[in-house]
Amino acid sequence: MAGKTLYDKLWNDHLVKQRDDGSALIYIDRHLLHEVTSPQAFEGLRLAKRKPWRIDANLATPDHNVPTTDRAKGIDGIVDPVSRIQVETLDKNCDEFGILEFKIKDLRQGIVHVIGPEQGATLPGMTIVCGDSHTSTHGAFGCLAHGIGTSEVEHVLATQCLVQQKMKNMLVKVNGELGKGVTGKDVVLAIIGKIGTAGGTGHAIEFGGPVIQNLSMEGRMTICNMAIEAGARVGMVAVDGTTIDYVKDRPFSPKGGTWDAAVKHWRTLHSDLDATFDKVVELDGANIMPQVSWGTSPEMVADVTGNVPDPAKEEDPIKREGIERALKYMGLQANQAITDIKLDRVFIGSCTNSRIEDLREAAIVVKGRKVAGSLKQAMVVPGSGLVKAQAEAEGLDRIFIEAGLEWRDPGCSMCLAMNADKLGQGEHCASTSNRNFEGRQGFGGRTHLVSPTMAAAAAIAGHFVDVRELLN
Amino acid sequence: MRALTQHQGLVAPMDRANVDTDMIIPKQFLKSIKRTGFGPNLFDELRYLDEGKPDEDSSQRPLNPDFVLNQPRYKNASVLLARRNFGCGSSREHAPWALDDYGFRVIIAPSFADIFYNNCFKNGLLPIVLEEKIVDQLFQDAEASEAYELTVDLDAQTVVTPSGDSFGFEVDDFRRHCLLNGLDDIGVTLEDAGVIKIYEDQRRQTAPWLFDAGQ
Repeated sequence: MAGKTLYDKLWNDHLVKQRDDGSALIYIDRHLLHEVTSPQAFEGLRLAKRKPWRIDANLATPDHNVPTTDRAKGIDGIVDPVSRIQVETLDKNCDEFGILEFKIKDLRQGIVHVIGPEQGATLPGMTIVCGDSHTSTHGAFGCLAHGIGTSEVEHVLATQCLVQQKMKNMLVKVNGELGKGVTGKDVVLAIIGKIGTAGGTGHAIEFGGPVIQNLSMEGRMTICNMAIEAGARVGMVAVDGTTIDYVKDRPFSPKGGTWDAAVKHWRTLHSDLDATFDKVVELDGANIMPQVSWGTSPEMVADVTGNVPDPAKEEDPIKREGIERALKYMGLQANQAITDIKLDRVFIGSCTNSRIEDLREAAIVVKGRKVAGSLKQAMVVPGSGLVKAQAEAEGLDRIFIEAGLEWRDPGCSMCLAMNADKLGQGEHCASTSNRNFEGRQGFGGRTHLVSPTMAAAAAIAGHFVDVRELLN
Repeated sequence: MRALTQHQGLVAPMDRANVDTDMIIPKQFLKSIKRTGFGPNLFDELRYLDEGKPDEDSSQRPLNPDFVLNQPRYKNASVLLARRNFGCGSSREHAPWALDDYGFRVIIAPSFADIFYNNCFKNGLLPIVLEEKIVDQLFQDAEASEAYELTVDLDAQTVVTPSGDSFGFEVDDFRRHCLLNGLDDIGVTLEDAGVIKIYEDQRRQTAPWLFDAGQ
């Protein structure tokens, strides 16, 4: 019998019932909630007079609508009344149903995909869902984690299960080792550039190979976070010593004898050597350069040393039209050098890149340097109150502020611009977030996805530069 | 949930690949705590020339005359013809809510993003995958003739053109069953409450760290 993949093992562990029609009931260990995709689910529960199945499986925090300044004011600091109602509604719902919530003034508040791992609420082997597509982040811990819609948020609240169809297995193997200045973000952008935004559709992707094994948990989270940008709801990395070291001694992590039993189980959470995958893609880490997205889809990326593509050279008519449309929206010329793209703003943050390691790497680049005078704004938004406190304890805040970057309070911020942080029309932004869709960071805004070090380097230069030149 | 068995409707062709859910319903409209009222803001940034705001009367806003849904011939369309990877990006269920509120009942494309595809079924919307060359043909036909309608039969799993061509499509049995009968799938799952409880009790024994956080 062929061996099992990590995904097969996680699926089997959580299979409550296989139905005759091919669907399956899968048990959910952890449900994360935020203010945007939960209000209609709680309302649905109330209308059907249903109660949450297992209250302690849920953890909530407001993140999308929270302001990144003036946080001492709490909810009163949210200027937009519609945003304020949404955050208040989350508070009311969590209070009514007894769900643990890190409210806006709690030091533990932050982006939902940052606080789960930080608290140990994300543990290896769990099934984790949230009404947010970047829930794939938690797969970095050997979890089966994916985004769901609001109807499924309600379904999980009411039943602790989801109705699922098993996906196919896909392995993305990154061989060799990364060059200096190349990060997990560059790896995942290069993967998406190679397989496309639908390359993983219908599949659960396991990221493996020496490059992934040598990455920190932060780097692995960045990669799994963007699995959805490759079309896969689920991204995963096998559990190893790095995973277990990260989880140890977190508030929600098991202790004592339970810890030992958990570790014994977690050590089995990897694909068997003889496991087979439906699809395998391999990349050589040595060939991955710092990446910059030039278009309006995360697959539209180029090496920083490269150029904006020429649509005339694209043979597929649908892709050619996509490139032409993207260049028009982005205000770029075919064949233009990536380093000639001038920037208006820089955003370092989001569930992709706002963890302590991301901030440390960005700080190394800007230390002793100044943000280009041509920029309108460069901001750093830590992923949680605890990341912020840690960064301040290490003096990173002072490095950023002295270089001319704004040091903000935690939240999703300009990744999707639901709060006050947004791009103006036509503005170019070097952003460590995950989506460069039209209008994503503000009406008419132009997003370029990059790593934290590349964003930091761009902040200093005012245009894209190869961060490796600054690190020498 | 509203059931869908058969549907005949006017086809609007949206000739663009990788339409993401930010495009279907931009973020400023996600601040609503309701499930309804998103229709006027469907494809907001493509449909209007100005920046949309929540709670404003969109009927007074300047329309983008180049956008397909603004052409009079596609008024009251209920079948959206789309290109590959429709619905990629964010998991926001506001995207199917907006399509539904606008009046769409069926979306046909060569491929859909997984989360969006799943969210459609929860809201009585039917996403249909057809081969790219068939979709290409439907685009040509829908653009060539005004009042072009398609008939969709979920029971028979067919899409039938005005000239009588019939194309079969695949759909999972469970999703098909729920949509045909308008079933609330929470109710269906709760019929298995006993099985869930047994599973949970076993897990509590074998993996206590999943239940007693921090202990």
